[in-house]
Amino acid sequence: MAKEDYEVIIGLEVHCELSTKTKIFCSCSTEFGGEPNSHCCPVCMALPGSLPVLNEKVVEYAVKAGLATNCEITKVSKNDRKNYFYPDLPKAYQISQFDLPLCHDGKVNIELENGESKEIRIERIHIEEDSGKLNHDEFGRGSFVDLNRAGVPLIEVVSRPDMRSAEEAENYMRKLKSIFEYIEISDCKMQEGSLRADVNVSVRKKGAEKLGTRTEMKNMSSFRSIVRAIKYESERQIEVIENGGTISQETLRWDDVSRKNFSNER
Amino acid sequence: MELYEYTVHEIAEKLEKNEVTSYDLVKSYFDRIREKDGLVKAYVSTLEEEALEQAKKIDERRKNGEKLGKFAGIPIGIKDNMNIKGTKTTCSSKMLENYESPYDATVIEKLKKEDIIFLGKLNMDEFAMGGSTEQSAFFKTHNPWDLGTVPGGSSGGSAASVASDLAPWTLGSDTGGSIRQPASLCGVVGLKPTYGLVSRYGLVAFASSLDQIGPITKDVTDSAILLNLISGHDEKDSTSSSRPKEDYTKSLVNDVKGMKIGLPKEFLGEGTNEEVRQAILEVADKYRELGAEVEECSLNVGKYALATYYIIACAEASSNLGRFDGIRYGYRTENFENLKDIYKNSRSEGFGSEVKRRIILGTYVLSSGYYDAYYKKAQKVRTIIKNEYDKLFEKYDLILTPTSPTTAFKMEEKSNNPLEMYMADICTVPVNIAGLPGMSIPCKLDSKGLPIGFLLVANSFEENKIFRAGFTYEQAINFRENNKPTFKGGEN
Repeated sequence: MAKEDYEVIIGLEVHCELSTKTKIFCSCSTEFGGEPNSHCCPVCMALPGSLPVLNEKVVEYAVKAGLATNCEITKVSKNDRKNYFYPDLPKAYQISQFDLPLCHDGKVNIELENGESKEIRIERIHIEEDSGKLNHDEFGRGSFVDLNRAGVPLIEVVSRPDMRSAEEAENYMRKLKSIFEYIEISDCKMQEGSLRADVNVSVRKKGAEKLGTRTEMKNMSSFRSIVRAIKYESERQIEVIENGGTISQETLRWDDVSRKNFSNER
Repeated sequence: MELYEYTVHEIAEKLEKNEVTSYDLVKSYFDRIREKDGLVKAYVSTLEEEALEQAKKIDERRKNGEKLGKFAGIPIGIKDNMNIKGTKTTCSSKMLENYESPYDATVIEKLKKEDIIFLGKLNMDEFAMGGSTEQSAFFKTHNPWDLGTVPGGSSGGSAASVASDLAPWTLGSDTGGSIRQPASLCGVVGLKPTYGLVSRYGLVAFASSLDQIGPITKDVTDSAILLNLISGHDEKDSTSSSRPKEDYTKSLVNDVKGMKIGLPKEFLGEGTNEEVRQAILEVADKYRELGAEVEECSLNVGKYALATYYIIACAEASSNLGRFDGIRYGYRTENFENLKDIYKNSRSEGFGSEVKRRIILGTYVLSSGYYDAYYKKAQKVRTIIKNEYDKLFEKYDLILTPTSPTTAFKMEEKSNNPLEMYMADICTVPVNIAGLPGMSIPCKLDSKGLPIGFLLVANSFEENKIFRAGFTYEQAINFRENNKPTFKGGEN
């Protein structure tokens, strides 16, 4: 069988930094850059005894995003903790939303090459805090934690697996960018990481009902690399299946220089 | 009478009338600490130099005729899980042995505004987990009524210091009884306020949905005064109530006529020591004599409350204590080759066994596959327990039970049997689960000369009823006037 016999299924989790003046749970500045650990306080440094207070503007911006993408707004919503250990996560949990996201069941329309319009469904939009950043010392003296970004507000927009090509995924991402810029909730500067996506890709034979096993590529922050990564990954998956292999569900790291995916586990 | 023997409301009057100076008062406490803390071991650290310096300044300001707060120049002791800027906050853990806080807890800020002086930080069970203060990573605190027994916990240092006149009053924190149980075992007054009445900002979190800061004092009047100073809405704590501030001293009324008190039979049955049971029945009779209606009732929550408590508290603790990872502050292992080692070894070496036990238990009940069976179910039982109290408060103003099923137990008697230690929380834990206010008040000594306390519980934000009934009892039976700790018994 050939490549043409396969269908590519793509879903995106788009992270968008909100352009509120202050962080999601404290009054530190959200400004990009600055001396490491200069936009920090007991709350976003997770000092013992500190407590988060939700920034009202974050809720307002997220609801705006939901309304602009035809979502239903959850009347009673809550935050949840996602517990894991990593040096850029000072509390050892990320405050996010699990079962009651602020917005759900929305949709946006994208234009296809043939001029037709296609609907991409949005499963949910939730609010959460960004993590800090690790700076690895180039002389191998260790890694340093910068918490300026810790607690910068994000919305995560989760699409349904409705895209069928790298171009559709790019169109969808561009659509979200233009909406969020228009309603002025984010500067959407991809080079500063204000807009980035986790891309889920799977393939299945045309006509098949069941979705194939998906792989995830995290933190993609340019349209070009998203398109390249999807193309590379879908072709890789087809080749594996054609050679009688199976796809394992895993997170891959896209390398834009070699234009290849690397497994984190391998 | 020595200065350290007065209650705060007594000494405040003397300060106001210039009969004593703040310097002499503060100094009397440090002299007393030098004399007795070697036996009791209530303090983890003292702040003598700063305290005396500040006392001098306040005396100066008073002399210059400056208008000062009513309690300016009075010292206080603080449980070592509340942050005071520029001083160590250890939580009695090796993990934070050298941790110095760069900020003030909201309660500390409030006390500083009133020119209250900090004597030092008080010993506790590590991260407030325990009921005997034996889980401190540094040393055990002794009960001044019998040095061979425990002071209770986790705020054991806060209670033992007030009982021994090592502080006129202190702050403790209460997650499942940690203010009331040590207050009971040490023969002093301990109040856990309604959840949300006192800001938790700056209190190192154990179980966020249960933790509450409260006063430990020599009498009920001082308790109302200290609650006045620390309560009120705080925008830094989203769970703090925005109700208008109350003056609790207005509730110090010597009259309980017309008050209805429920006496749940389940708390006087099996597992409750006979002398404690008799003492509580005597308290009930005293209230009847004073004009209250006391009636036996049923509160069948005990069976489920302990299991519910230990699931919820451990789950929250496992998440709250994740930040102690050896990366930014606190203890870091010397044995590591990679990141995983830093986490594993820092936490293995930095935490004591009880803390580790609860983190493991909490992580287990939150893990996928078990979450619904344990944590979610516990949350449902929590609602049921709250409903049971709601029903009782339709009929009663207050609920009367023992604070602890026994008086102070011998050191090491329960420290190797966690389940038995957990059982000691049976009377106090349901109150935290329901978020209610509760006060332990001493009533008498048992045959071994150890204090017995009773617990008054009211509906949310009805501390006023507790103060009224507590004050009335204390006017009739003044435990403190007739009983003093003996410091008997040697080193354990």
